[in-house]
Amino acid sequence: MSTGSITPYRSDMRAGRDGFAQLLRAEWTKFTTVRGWVIGVLAGALVTVLLGLVAVAGNRFTCNGRACNLGVPVGPGGEAVTDNFYFVHRPLDGNGSITVRVTSLTGGNTSNIPGSQGGQGGAGLQPWSKAGIIIKESTRQGSAYAAIMVTGSHGVRMQYNYTGDTAGPAGTVSAASPRWLRLARSGDTITGYASAEGTTWTKVGAARLAGLSPNVQAGLFATSPAQTQATSQRLMGSGGLITASLATAVFDQVGLHGTWPRGAWRGSVIGGAASGLYAVQGGGYHQVRGRFTVSGSGDIAPDVVGGTIPGQTIERPLVGAFAGLIALVVVAAMFITAEYRRGLIRTTLAASPRRGRVLAAKPIVIGAVTFAAGLAGAAAAVFLGERQLRGNGFIVYPVTTPTEVRVVVGTAALLAVAAVLALGIGAIVRRSAAAVAAVIVVIVLPYILAVPNVLSVGTAQWLLRVTPAAGFAIEQGMPQYPQVSTAYTPASGYYPLAPWAGFAVLCGYAAVALGLAVFLIRRRDA
Amino acid sequence: MSQASHASWASMREALHAEWTKLRTAPGTLWLLLAVVALTVALSAGAAAAVRCPSAGCGQDPARISLTGIELGQVIVAVLAVLVISGEYGTGMIRTTLAAMPRRTTVLAAKAAILTGLVLAAGTIAVLASVLAGRLILPGHGFTAAHGYPPLSLGDGPVLRAAAGSVLYLALIALLSLGAATIVRDSAVAVGAVLGLLYLFPIIAVVTDPHWRRHLEQIGPMSAGLAIQATTGLRSLPVSPWAGLGVLAAWAAAALLAGGLLPRLRDA
Repeated sequence: MSTGSITPYRSDMRAGRDGFAQLLRAEWTKFTTVRGWVIGVLAGALVTVLLGLVAVAGNRFTCNGRACNLGVPVGPGGEAVTDNFYFVHRPLDGNGSITVRVTSLTGGNTSNIPGSQGGQGGAGLQPWSKAGIIIKESTRQGSAYAAIMVTGSHGVRMQYNYTGDTAGPAGTVSAASPRWLRLARSGDTITGYASAEGTTWTKVGAARLAGLSPNVQAGLFATSPAQTQATSQRLMGSGGLITASLATAVFDQVGLHGTWPRGAWRGSVIGGAASGLYAVQGGGYHQVRGRFTVSGSGDIAPDVVGGTIPGQTIERPLVGAFAGLIALVVVAAMFITAEYRRGLIRTTLAASPRRGRVLAAKPIVIGAVTFAAGLAGAAAAVFLGERQLRGNGFIVYPVTTPTEVRVVVGTAALLAVAAVLALGIGAIVRRSAAAVAAVIVVIVLPYILAVPNVLSVGTAQWLLRVTPAAGFAIEQGMPQYPQVSTAYTPASGYYPLAPWAGFAVLCGYAAVALGLAVFLIRRRDA
Repeated sequence: MSQASHASWASMREALHAEWTKLRTAPGTLWLLLAVVALTVALSAGAAAAVRCPSAGCGQDPARISLTGIELGQVIVAVLAVLVISGEYGTGMIRTTLAAMPRRTTVLAAKAAILTGLVLAAGTIAVLASVLAGRLILPGHGFTAAHGYPPLSLGDGPVLRAAAGSVLYLALIALLSLGAATIVRDSAVAVGAVLGLLYLFPIIAVVTDPHWRRHLEQIGPMSAGLAIQATTGLRSLPVSPWAGLGVLAAWAAAALLAGGLLPRLRDA
C-alpha cells in the first residue's frame, strides 16, 4: 500500500462566477433567445397604441357637421378651468380692500333685472352657486384671482386660482342673517375675512398670487354652475342632462379702501354668454343707491370630466393598455412556466442553487422589458391619441407636465408590475394557462365589473379599492375637486383611490405573490 | 347504412371513448369543473348581495344580477377547454392521439362533444345554484313584489331564457376556446387570446363613441352573448337575446372551423 497522498481530480476549467449579474445576464439571454416572447412584448407595445387610436377614432365632436375647434381657458396652475360669471368691477391700483354685506342669495331668473342679457332661469339655486367679492388680474378667462363668497349650501368660502378652496363660517345667507365679506390686497397676498355683523372679523384664508399685476380688477360677482343629472351610470362620461342655473345676490354697504381710480362700476359677462358651449345664461346687475343686485351663471372652478365642457382626458387613448397588458402577462407567465414545462428549471436551479435569487433576477428582467415596452406604447398612445382627439373636434383637458409624465410612466409601471404579478403567480401554480387566467381575472375582471357593468357606484368603487384593478388609478389625469359637484364615478374616469395609492395596492399584490413564490420554490422540488 | 358511414361512426365512437378517458383521468378536469360551479355561484351571490333596489322602478335586472358569476365562470371554462387541446400539444400526447386516430376532424369533434357535455353539466349546476342564490338574497335587498320584482322563478319565460341561455353561453365559450387553442396550440397564448377577445370589446365600448359602442356590443362575443341574460329593457339592448347568443355561436363556429382546417395543413 502506498502511503503517498492521492491528488483528487480537479477540472482545468476556472470556476464560473455566481454573482447576481451573471444570473441577470442568464435570464436576459433566456428572454432574448425565445423569439415568441420578444414578438409578444413588441406586440404588447403595438396593440397598446393601435387599439387606443382605434378606440378614440370613433369619438367625434361636431359643430354644424364639422369638427369643432374650441379653446378652453387654462388657469395659472396649467389646468383646464371654467371661468364664467357676472362681474361688477372697477380697477384697483396697488394695495387696497373692498368690504360688502350680502343680504340674499337666491336662484331665479333675470327677467326683472335691467340690462339683463339672459333669459328665464333654468335650474334653481345650486349647492355651489356663488356670490361675493373678487380681485382678479384681468377680465380675461383663466387669469389669476382670489375671492371670498357665500355659496348655496357650503357656507362662506375663500377660493383662489380655481383650485384653492378654504371653508369659512357655515350657514346660508338671508336678510335676517346677512354676511359681511372683506378682501384685502397687500402685495401678492390677498386675505379674505368674514363677519356676521360687520364689526368682529374672522380671517377665512389668505392666498398668494405670485406675480399679480399692480393694476387689477375688483368688485362683486355672481355665478351658478349648471345642474348635471346623469340618467344612469352607463351614460356618465358621455353626457347626461345639463341644465343651466342662475344665482342672484343682493349686496349693500360697499366700502372701498386704497386707490380706486375714479369712474363708475362696470358690468361684464366673463366668458361670454353666446358661445352655446357652456350651459350659462349670462347675467346682469342693477344698482339703486348703493344697493347692488347681481345675477350670474357659470362657475369659477377647475374643469372636471362629465361637466359642461365636451372634453376628453389625456388618458382616454390608454384603453389600448388593456390589450397590451394581456399580451405582456402571457409572456411574463411563460417566462417561468416554460422552465417547468421543459425541465429547464432544474438546470437553472443547479446553476444557481440559491433559489430566491432566481426569483429576484427573473422579475427584474421581465419587469424591465415590459416597462420599456409599456413606456413606448403608452407614450405613443397618449401623443398620437391626443392629436387624434383634437382633430376630431374635442377639447383635450390640458394637464400639467408632471401629471402627463405620471400618467404615461405610471401606465408603463402598471404593465410592468402586472407582468411581475403574472411571473409570481406562474411560479406558484407552475401552469401557464392557470397563471394567465388568474392574472387577467384579478386585474381586468374587477375593472369590467366596475366600469361598463351595472353594479352600483358604491360596489364599483369598493372593487377598485381592494382588487389589483386599483392600479388603474395611476392613469387618472384629472383630479377630483370637492368644490365642484359632478358624478365622480369610475365610468367617467375617477378612481376611488389616489393615483399612487391605487398603484401601491397593485404592487402589494405583486409583492405578496412573489414572496409566496420564493417561499414555495425553496420548499418544493423543482 | 353503407360500409363507409358505419366505419366512420365506429371510429367516432372510439374517439369519443378515448377522449372521455383522457379527460376523465387528467388531473385538473374535476377541479376545474368544481371551480366553474364554485366561482360562478360565489360571484353571483356576491353581486346579488351588493345591489339595492330602494324604490319601484330602480331599473335593475334581477336575473342578470343573479347570473353575474358567468363572467368569472367563463374564464375557468376557457382554461378547461384550452387544456383539452393544448395539454396534448404541451406533452406531445397529440402525436399518439393522431397516430391512433389519423382523422384530425374526428379527434376535434370528439373533443368538442365531450367538452360540451361536461360544461353543460357543470354550467347547469352553476346556473341553478346562482338563480337560487338570487332568489334567496334579492328579496332582502328591495327586490320585492311591491317594487315590481316577483321572486326569481324558472317558470317565468324570460328568466328561464336567461338561465338556459347562460348554460349554452358557457358551452359556446368552451367551443370558442377549443377552436382558439387548436389554432395557436400554446395554452398561455390561447387563454390570453380568448380572454382578450371576451374582455376587450366591453372595455373599448365604454370609451368610444355611442354609435360605435352599439356596434362593438353587437359583435363582441361576450357583450353580445350575455344579452341572453337580459329580462328587462329588451328594447334598449344593442342586440336581442337570441341573436346575441347567435353572434357568440358564430365566433365559436369560426374558431372551430379554423381549428379544424389548420391541423390538416401542419404537422403536430
